[in-house]
Amino acid sequence: MTPTPGRTPIAAPAMAAAHPGDAPIVITASPHLKGRDTTAHIMWTVVATLVPIAAASIYFFGPSALLVILASMLGAFLVEHFLGKGGTLRDGSAAITGLLLGLTLPAGVPMWMAALGGAFAIGFGKLIFGGLGFNAFNPALLGRAFLQAAFPTALTTWPKLGGSWWALRGDTFALPFMHPQEAVAITAATPLGLMKFEGKPTPLGDLILGTTGGSLGETAALLILLCGAYLAVKRYLDWRIPVSVFGTVAVFASLLHLTNAQRYPSAAFMLFSGGLVLGAVYMATDPVTAPVTKLGRWVFGIGIGVLVVVIRIWGGLPEGVMYAILLMNALVPFINRTTRPRVFGVAPAVKVKS
Amino acid sequence: MAEARPGVLTRLAAAARSQVGSFGFAHGVHPPEHKELTAHLPIRRMPYPDEVVLPLRQHAGRPAKLVVAKGAYVERGDVLATADGFVSSPVHASASGRITDIDWWPHPDGSMAQAIRIAVAPYSAQVARPRMVPDWHGLTHDQVISAVQEAGVVGLGGAAFPTHVKLAPPRDLTIDTIIINGAECEPYLTTDHRIMVEYPDRVHFGIRIMMHALGVSRTIVGVERNKPDAIAALERTKPYDLDIAILPLTVKYPQGAEKMLIKSVLDREVPSGKLPASIGVIVQNVGSAATLGEVFETGLPLIERIVTVSGRGVRRPANLIVPVGTKTRDLLEACGGLTDDAAEVIFGGPMMGSAVADLDVPIIKGTTGVVVLVGDEIRDQVSLPCIHCGRCLEACPVFLDPSHLGSLARVGRYEEMAEAHLADCMLCGSCTFVCPSNIPLAQLFSLSKTALRKRQAVSV
Repeated sequence: MTPTPGRTPIAAPAMAAAHPGDAPIVITASPHLKGRDTTAHIMWTVVATLVPIAAASIYFFGPSALLVILASMLGAFLVEHFLGKGGTLRDGSAAITGLLLGLTLPAGVPMWMAALGGAFAIGFGKLIFGGLGFNAFNPALLGRAFLQAAFPTALTTWPKLGGSWWALRGDTFALPFMHPQEAVAITAATPLGLMKFEGKPTPLGDLILGTTGGSLGETAALLILLCGAYLAVKRYLDWRIPVSVFGTVAVFASLLHLTNAQRYPSAAFMLFSGGLVLGAVYMATDPVTAPVTKLGRWVFGIGIGVLVVVIRIWGGLPEGVMYAILLMNALVPFINRTTRPRVFGVAPAVKVKS
Repeated sequence: MAEARPGVLTRLAAAARSQVGSFGFAHGVHPPEHKELTAHLPIRRMPYPDEVVLPLRQHAGRPAKLVVAKGAYVERGDVLATADGFVSSPVHASASGRITDIDWWPHPDGSMAQAIRIAVAPYSAQVARPRMVPDWHGLTHDQVISAVQEAGVVGLGGAAFPTHVKLAPPRDLTIDTIIINGAECEPYLTTDHRIMVEYPDRVHFGIRIMMHALGVSRTIVGVERNKPDAIAALERTKPYDLDIAILPLTVKYPQGAEKMLIKSVLDREVPSGKLPASIGVIVQNVGSAATLGEVFETGLPLIERIVTVSGRGVRRPANLIVPVGTKTRDLLEACGGLTDDAAEVIFGGPMMGSAVADLDVPIIKGTTGVVVLVGDEIRDQVSLPCIHCGRCLEACPVFLDPSHLGSLARVGRYEEMAEAHLADCMLCGSCTFVCPSNIPLAQLFSLSKTALRKRQAVSV
């Protein structure tokens, strides 16, 4: 066991005599000062910046969006509360996971599926590894991957925009373990699906503002970028990751587009369609599952960018952000080990093994 | 013809260079400085306390050898204990009075140490015996070294390494530059700041002695940019016949760490595990330089030092000349005492200083300040798991991976920590300061270093 430096109250009368107040005098090991940011504060700030994005999804998709997000968060909260190691709901990480998972789902998903996804994300995505800080994969994405494997139809049924705002976008209230009724869903293809299977690009303006089909939170690219920029300025996320993802996708997609403009979509389309913006800004930057070194973060972002393009263009699926991030998550320990900076005063030639 | 005003771009470029450019080091943190409490206060002398307690171990190296006995009357400046070998330093009486006891006494480092207790003579004028002032012109290198040792001068920046040892580097090394450390990057402390403002001549005189002793022709004084009055005072009093440069440094913790200072000033890296002398540099604290100047000006040994007493837990913060051996209790009383919400008494600065458990602990030669923190400044002891945010990596001035080291420390894998360069950690605490999960990283590393030393001692 490693002893943890703790606080020792002083009982010695030597101290008490000189001290007029009742406050206990303490002895702690240095450093005695502490910066202002706390993990809980960072997490809740991230949650706060997700609220406008969630609000936009409700604006686009109506009450269904709200219900799906709430269900996903509820699933996450329940598991965190009952299986977590006490009081861990307060650190805010379950809120982020639940909210992010909800934002990756289509509006028409039944609430029970969203709740199950949230529960899986926290239980199997985080707690099983030992809780906050110990998970290898982004919990929200793991939850989404689980849902996609379990309910492929429901997860790829994209409701059409328009119609009454109040109308539910799918069989939201389907009973647990019941499949949603097909007839209720009025489906529309996502921009990526349109591109991949029908070769039809979507106007860029729609992509940026979010007036297209797709998952709840992935449509409003501009809003996500604004919220991400705020977090980057506060240094709650590392700008290197989204910038390297976007840069890589832009360069890679442009090169392909140059070779065959008919077959390969433009860089702008690649950047603003699907879950790329949400994934690069909010999922890839999850500190727990991203590398700790600056160089490692560049490598990580570039890896995600390459994988996204490869999966989208040559893979069987129209979208590849989720798997790209999860695959790169798996490489993080290796990236960390190989990109540690040179220690001060140590000759560059010396390789550090650890 | 009037000189043309430099263009906006030129000025902007100059401003940018001065802020970020050459005179800094990479990484580091910006703790709140809190120097406004004492930075403007002139140094004053504190009244003599009723008793001084002088530990025999006040410096790095072997403790001093006792040469007085209980019951003896000593005058201020008399030798109480002599140096035990070369890497050691004598202890002098800081006040005239009678030796009442020689016994174990609480030491600032938390242990007990042999100490001489002197009941200060109540009506004494505290005048030292007349003594010869050494004339530095006529002294050879060895004579300067022994004069410095006999005066008991040690580094006043905190580590209290005997100054004369640093002035006598191994003969096979060539020293080309002396760096004087006036960075004072620890929050709250203004000791060095006030010394530079009020005794710039003494600092320069001390530098002159050092340059004479080492035969070095170049000295650079590094001062953090937040002390413009200190920089101005040193510039104003600079001797015209010596090559002394005053260099403004970026305001960043730990600018005053020896390795960081050398990097900032000369852009040289001290190799891992080596001393600055190996790359031709000797670093001395600005307070040590001033003390050296005082020794060769008055002939008095190091028997008092300047101490910043600060923090929101002290009623009247001050910069004081304090006789070495003054008990913390007496010093705090001279500053109006503790406030009701005082929570922790720290010797040194709040980043690297150590909390004291007993107000009978005496001020020793290496005590740069006494900082009293109040309740809400103290670190919470609850920590969350590491979320791998990487802030500690960006803070660590020696480019370690504290998050990795911390996880190894938690499970006692000290040998792996040694491979990951634990030895290069100087316990500056930057990683702990920035950690949002409040993990006591530096504290864990300190424990790990101790544990590792013990294991290695067993295995040898």
